[in-house]
Amino acid sequence: MWLNRRTLLRSLATALLLADRAHAATVVDSAGRSVSVPTRVERVFPAGPPAAILLYTLAPDLLLGWPRANRPQECVYMLPDICNRPDVGRITGRGNTANLETVLALKPDLIVDVGATNETFVSLAARAQDQTGIPYALLDGRFVALTAAYQKLGQLTGRQAAAQELADYTSRTLTAIIGRIADVGAEQRPRVYYARGPRGLVTGLGGSINVETIELIARNVAGDTPGGLANVSMEQVLLWNPDVVITIDLEFADTVRSDPAWASVKAVRDNRVHLSPKMPFGWVDFPPSVNRLIGLWWLAKILYPERFAEDLRVLTRDFYARFYHVTPTDAQIDQVLAGRD
Amino acid sequence: MKIRRSVPGFTIAVCVLLGGLLAAFTVGRYPVGLGDLVNVLAKVLGHRTDVSPAVESVVLQVRGPRVVAAMLVGAALALAGTAFQGLFRNPLVSPDILGASSGAALGAVVGIYLSLGVLAIQAIAFGGGLIAVAAVYVIGSAVRSRDPILVLVLTGVVVGALFGAGVGLVKYLADPYNQLPAMTFWLLGSLSAIATADLIPLFGPIAVGAIVLIALRWRMNVMSLPEEEARALGVATGPLRIAIVAAATLVTSASVAASGIIGWVGLVVPHLARSLVGPDFARLLPAAAILGGGYLLLIDTVARTMAQVEIPLGILTAVIGTPFFIWLLASMQKTWS
Repeated sequence: MWLNRRTLLRSLATALLLADRAHAATVVDSAGRSVSVPTRVERVFPAGPPAAILLYTLAPDLLLGWPRANRPQECVYMLPDICNRPDVGRITGRGNTANLETVLALKPDLIVDVGATNETFVSLAARAQDQTGIPYALLDGRFVALTAAYQKLGQLTGRQAAAQELADYTSRTLTAIIGRIADVGAEQRPRVYYARGPRGLVTGLGGSINVETIELIARNVAGDTPGGLANVSMEQVLLWNPDVVITIDLEFADTVRSDPAWASVKAVRDNRVHLSPKMPFGWVDFPPSVNRLIGLWWLAKILYPERFAEDLRVLTRDFYARFYHVTPTDAQIDQVLAGRD
Repeated sequence: MKIRRSVPGFTIAVCVLLGGLLAAFTVGRYPVGLGDLVNVLAKVLGHRTDVSPAVESVVLQVRGPRVVAAMLVGAALALAGTAFQGLFRNPLVSPDILGASSGAALGAVVGIYLSLGVLAIQAIAFGGGLIAVAAVYVIGSAVRSRDPILVLVLTGVVVGALFGAGVGLVKYLADPYNQLPAMTFWLLGSLSAIATADLIPLFGPIAVGAIVLIALRWRMNVMSLPEEEARALGVATGPLRIAIVAAATLVTSASVAASGIIGWVGLVVPHLARSLVGPDFARLLPAAAILGGGYLLLIDTVARTMAQVEIPLGILTAVIGTPFFIWLLASMQKTWS
């Protein structure tokens, strides 16, 4: 009898829960999948780093954890208790480190993935949703789709108003920057080489997610060849002879000026090698999320100094306060802009 | 008779090297004509000539170090492959048979994982190769067997697999946006990042190892006989084996640390050299070194010239090496029995 009563209660609870789910809103995600979301979303599992950052900026309280633990120096620029939430692994993307049972044990109401919306990721999402029974929403991670991604995320989490604010800020920024250089013809735009790796010989090819912001407002010297990240030879860099070099590698930025092989590159001669800020998240490419938005201001000021008179420190403070929920001090902003840890 | 027979072989090997050198210096993404090359050379020798700084930088800072590195690495891998094929009396052996490459690979990915500098990564990779082979040798010697060579090879395969699993683990834990691509590129092998500063740590160990191997050339002829026969001829097979393994490991680890994993060179070139100068190690070792240097030089020239993007050396050597190896398997009966 006792057992039966318990079973009965459990099935009742399940029925209620299902009823609740059934009454929940249906949101169409960026891949065109209908995702039915419970009315109250309180725990969200980010499928990868871009999703975690987007969620953190919109609704930090909902974020269950991070794909990999943040470092203490990164938490300076974030809400400490959220930043220190546990490492929960990632579900899709390169390297699936989260165990689906662990995901279930965390009892998320929703799984959000931000990134590619092609067939591979649609089927991965569908599979994870079938296995866990947890709604899985796929958002378009392209830089130009940020505004739409915020609006969708707002619908999914029931935070439409806050999401609209961030979406407005995003579209205002994009319109302002792109509008101000609209009259610069394609041939007049600076030729930029994006350098990664300690020797600066890894770059993002045309259309690669790594150079999305660079290609938005400048010419990528490696843009003729479509692809992702690739090794290039020093000779090819000399042949490209870029006007500006943007790098994320500290060792490269420190050594390039004294490296004889780089001495004749135009960007080095003109002292236009720039190390990207990276705290708490990189400003140019990784992870590919909203962190690249403040990076676009930085890039615009580097590439078109005469057209962008804004004080980057003011913009940085405003962006960090709005998106990372922490207002950095002047000293911290200096630290960020220097590109050091 | 014998010496005369090997002269055309050596001529061919030297021609490959010289042809490789000429091609390597005149071909590349950045156009450098023969005239430019002569001008740069004249300037180095103290004459006043009119050379653009970009051309000078290409020849002296970019192409020069890379050409030297390609020759050194190619020669090192070919030497190690020749020594191991003789030592293990097996034509299918390559320099990484005792785990030098997998040890170096693990060292390199750990270095990338810890975000170390280039020279530190190369140092750890070099150390990793030495440690892996030392471990194989210690374990292999501890196992009592009538066939120490077979035990050594099997231990090498097993330990190599373990280090390979370690590489997989580190790649799995790595940051997918920054570290993972760096690891993948390293494992595919490339000379694109070689700078002048890398040449000394590359040259030192390769020179030491090569001198030891060439000094042992007569005894290596004896070592390629069955164990009992070698002992009967008065050769101390144990210490000699250690010396050959140590020297071959030194050159392999140094080259893998600088260039990443480049397969096939150490497997294919010894056979080419053998077909040119015959099986006597006194001639085979220098011929393999010359031919290996020229071979990798030619391949690296293709790798850096064909497209805007570098083609990983590991991929090119495999594409060229596989058909050659199949041909080798088909014709092996003649050469090795």
